[in-house]
Amino acid sequence: MTQDEIVARIQSHFGARVLGTYSFRGQAAVTIAPEAIRDVLTFLRNTPELAFDMLMDVGGVDYLGYPDEDDREWRFEVAYQVYSVAKNHRVRLKVAVRDETVKVPSVWDLFGIANWMEREVYDMFGITFSGHPNLRRIMCHDEFVGHALRKDYPINRRQKLSQPSENLLCEKPEYA
Amino acid sequence: MGLEAQVNQPFIATRMDEVINWGRKYSMWPMPFGTACCAIEFMGVVSSRFDVSRFGAELVRFSPRQADLLLVMGTITQKMAPVLKQIYDQMPNPKWVVSMGACASSGGFYDNYSVVQGIDEIIPVDVYVAGCPPRPENVIGAVVKIMEKIDRERAAVDWK
Repeated sequence: MTQDEIVARIQSHFGARVLGTYSFRGQAAVTIAPEAIRDVLTFLRNTPELAFDMLMDVGGVDYLGYPDEDDREWRFEVAYQVYSVAKNHRVRLKVAVRDETVKVPSVWDLFGIANWMEREVYDMFGITFSGHPNLRRIMCHDEFVGHALRKDYPINRRQKLSQPSENLLCEKPEYA
Repeated sequence: MGLEAQVNQPFIATRMDEVINWGRKYSMWPMPFGTACCAIEFMGVVSSRFDVSRFGAELVRFSPRQADLLLVMGTITQKMAPVLKQIYDQMPNPKWVVSMGACASSGGFYDNYSVVQGIDEIIPVDVYVAGCPPRPENVIGAVVKIMEKIDRERAAVDWK
């Protein structure tokens, strides 16, 4: 299935919950509202013709200071790259996050790998995920203050760790 | 020669420092703290082509308590820094530290929130090795530098 057909399927199925679409160099992206992400991913995974069975990556974007800042209604985006091994096609989903108070529903029970990826987005951008079983920092140490990949994080700020981090010991996640 | 005849054994007279330093500099036990590609280069240093055992430092110990030469090879993140400090503290005196490569010496090109900008922020360093990664000859050069430094030490007084 081509990218345009996939986007058309998502648009016809979700209507107003799709905030926008665009395509760049043959890569299609669909922007959606936070509360729709679980429904869209479930739809993509369970529809036989789409069969998106693999979540490749979850990443964050901070648009603070971006050239279109004045027109932009949301500061952050969470981007989900999904891929179908069976059909060999892929699509990009973007969740619009107005600011850090918005909670994005976790998708870790749909795609297990999202557990650690969402922790990374939380660590780097401070975007919180509701329903996540273990939303702690995954890369920066426990005494780190702030979120390193935000555009307003000072580029020269260094934060020291006073003692070996618990994260370096064997990790035991507590699932709800 | 009268003395030798008296004790009935051949002997040479020297200074205590010389004997201790001689023993130390030809039998360094390295503790490799390898966190990145420099540690791969270290494999070349200890293997047969370059062979650091020609300089007596081939007995690599993976326990800091049995080592006297700490080789820090690779990027040290802020998260790893307390671990490195702990390893250094666990080594018995006398001990020497080689900072191998750009990352360990200065942070290298990782000028960012997560990387220590040189391990001398955490522990004292005796020899810095330039390179990304350094050639094995460079590392052997650092071992020889440490040897020269040991030669200048007043071992009998300094490390009581």
